Amino acid sequence: MIRLEGLTKAYGSFVAVDHIDLDVPAGQLFGFLGPNGAGKTTTLRIIAGILRPTAGRVWIGGDDVIANPMSAKARLGFIPDRPFVYEKLTGGEFLRFVAGLYGQDGAGVEQRIDELLELFELAVWKDELVESYSHGMRQKLIISSALIHRPECIVVDEPMVGLDPKAARLLKEIFRHFVDRGGTVLMSTHTLEVAEAMCDQIAIIQHGKIVARGTMDELRRQTESGDISLEDLFLRLTGGAAARELARILEGP
Amino acid sequence: MRGLGLILQPKLLTLRTRIRQERGGGGGKVMIVAGVGLIFWLAVFGVLYRVLRYFRGVEEIGPLLASKLLGLALLSFLSILLLSNVITALSSFFLAKDLDLLQSTPVDWLHVYLAKLGETLVHSSWMVALMAIPIFTAYGVIYDGGWAFGPFALVAFLPLLVIPAVIGSAVTLVLVNVFPARRARDLLSVIAIGAAGGVVLLFRIIRPEQLARPEGFNNLLDFLTVLRTPTSPLLPSEWASQSVMGWLVGPFQGFPLALLWSTAAAVVVLGAALHNRLYPSGFTRSQEAAERFAKGWIWHILLDPILGRLAVAKREFVIKDIKLFFRDTTQWSQLILLGVLVVIYLFNIKALPLFTGERVPFFLVTIVSFLNLGLAGFVLSSIAARFIFPAVSLEGRQMWLLRSSPLDLRALLWSKYWTGTVPLLILALVITIFTNVLLRASGFMMAVGVGTIILLTLAISAMALGFGALYPQFETENAAQIPTSFGGLVFMMSTIALLAGVIVIEAVPVYGYLRATFFGEPVRVNAAMLLGFGGVVALCAAATVIPLRVGLRKMEGFEF
Repeated sequence: MIRLEGLTKAYGSFVAVDHIDLDVPAGQLFGFLGPNGAGKTTTLRIIAGILRPTAGRVWIGGDDVIANPMSAKARLGFIPDRPFVYEKLTGGEFLRFVAGLYGQDGAGVEQRIDELLELFELAVWKDELVESYSHGMRQKLIISSALIHRPECIVVDEPMVGLDPKAARLLKEIFRHFVDRGGTVLMSTHTLEVAEAMCDQIAIIQHGKIVARGTMDELRRQTESGDISLEDLFLRLTGGAAARELARILEGP
Repeated sequence: MRGLGLILQPKLLTLRTRIRQERGGGGGKVMIVAGVGLIFWLAVFGVLYRVLRYFRGVEEIGPLLASKLLGLALLSFLSILLLSNVITALSSFFLAKDLDLLQSTPVDWLHVYLAKLGETLVHSSWMVALMAIPIFTAYGVIYDGGWAFGPFALVAFLPLLVIPAVIGSAVTLVLVNVFPARRARDLLSVIAIGAAGGVVLLFRIIRPEQLARPEGFNNLLDFLTVLRTPTSPLLPSEWASQSVMGWLVGPFQGFPLALLWSTAAAVVVLGAALHNRLYPSGFTRSQEAAERFAKGWIWHILLDPILGRLAVAKREFVIKDIKLFFRDTTQWSQLILLGVLVVIYLFNIKALPLFTGERVPFFLVTIVSFLNLGLAGFVLSSIAARFIFPAVSLEGRQMWLLRSSPLDLRALLWSKYWTGTVPLLILALVITIFTNVLLRASGFMMAVGVGTIILLTLAISAMALGFGALYPQFETENAAQIPTSFGGLVFMMSTIALLAGVIVIEAVPVYGYLRATFFGEPVRVNAAMLLGFGGVVALCAAATVIPLRVGLRKMEGFEF
């Protein structure tokens, strides 16, 4: 469903994403993990069509994001890590506006707005300006906006940040349900327990390169790790010395 | 004092980095800004120099007129500073991003107060301070103030910046204790802009130019009495004016200067005491959000019939932009100033001494009507700079949404263009038709005026949007600050060039018409006339299409 081929993004001499090849099959929840600054957000923003790659190509459902952006983007719902939305629109108006960006309007959209706001317990806030929403409420609103046009795949950057436990659980169920019905989710997260429990496949990126990919069992085999958790596996692949260093600093001299 | 330095350090380091970045970006930008600033300074200095030289030549009342003028200038500075400090204090004392850090660390409250007061003072006063330089220079040069006049003027002027900063901050502090900060900001913007508009309107309608015409008074004694009476003896602006004029024309008095500095010191102490008492409760209140429900359906009822035929994305974009504009007090409240500007504009045209003689001077009316096009174009450019230029910048934080959706950027640009152009066009037509009616211009000049202003509006609007995309300010949250950026300056300079071009080209056919009418000949549509009007159409079409295309290309390359 999502295919990256030789994807590269350089900022001057700094290469944030370095020749990534990745195939996310339809009907899967795909985890995209990596330490801070590894290139996760840059990759996801290129897939969403926000950034242009320095080299390489991206396909969404057979449509090239650069050559045929309208068709590619119409298949996609993007959830960023920082929820910037129009402060002076109400939640309902924001969702109606986003549906309009995808060329949808009318009674069907109104019904879907009500359903999504109800689902995320925002219905009572529907006519209130976004400026009075909390961080978590904004995140829920953005998740709703990514679902408003019934996308085929969702690209999501750190979805659990700011969500209360109930909303986090709901989101996990929504993603699982979405995937079970044939949808595709590409998700970057630092919550490794969530990734381990939910994802069908995982790719780990470091210094702009994919260092491992596959199911949990495949990853364990690739790294010859035995029956260890994703957290241990992640630290083994990306270097866990920092944790020991942190403990030394906190303990003091 | 070390604590105070520490609080100010991040601001100073940020300023230093910005200056370095500006330097690194090439000298061109700095040169243009410095050049425009210098031209402005020289213009203010030049006008004032001529006026003061004339005053100096007038026996007896010359120094009185000069003193009156300085008093009025400083009084208007004082009122502007008071309003501007009230608004700025709200941001620096209650909405700034560093406040959470300052409140959670063991920093002395007095240091916080002084640092924030200094920040408020600098942000709200730098423009007035820059404006004061050519004014004081002109006074110093004309009245031979000597080398020490510069430092003396600074000593007399500094309390004029401190006093309104303290009073403005105190007013804000009290208001925030009554209303939540975000609601207070809305209220303050409307009050401040309304007050500023009122002051400007009042100042214009009392026609201060009559002060320079003694024939308007019953007798010379009345005139002298008005001049000798201090405009506002209890205000610091009058004390500063007395000190400066005392130094320049004598006799020098130390009392007004002492009054200025003791008042400044006293208000700082009182302001600090008030801050100590009210700030903790005010800061807590400022964290409350202004909970507001919005009735968006009203806009749909009003706009859906008009926009019904548009594609869904364009329609939703236009409705969104209109809603955002009218829900943001800092945006719509500017319409008050706009109204004042238009009234003053029409008032000035009406006050022109064109119809005082026995015979209506046809030649003069035609020239004024024609040159009025340039003036109207300049007014429209200023409005476009304020309302259309920031349009692309204001989408910055939401660009993730626009770029990840299948929205065609041309549709975005189209929506922004027409949302800005239609109201501007209505305003342009109102100004042009009204002024031409007031001037009793001929049918030919009315047609030329209306046609040209339509073309100019389309071009100015496109240039505002194009330059706004070329020089975006994505990090600025306040739309009012965006036009004062470098890009805004380049836009204004470009529109002035366009206006000059149009006036020069169109002068050829208008001269032909004027000449024919003057000699009683029939007006012929000849090659020169066609070439002139054709040139204007071509120039305006190019100024419309090219900026939009360049802006679109720039937007396609935006990365977030």
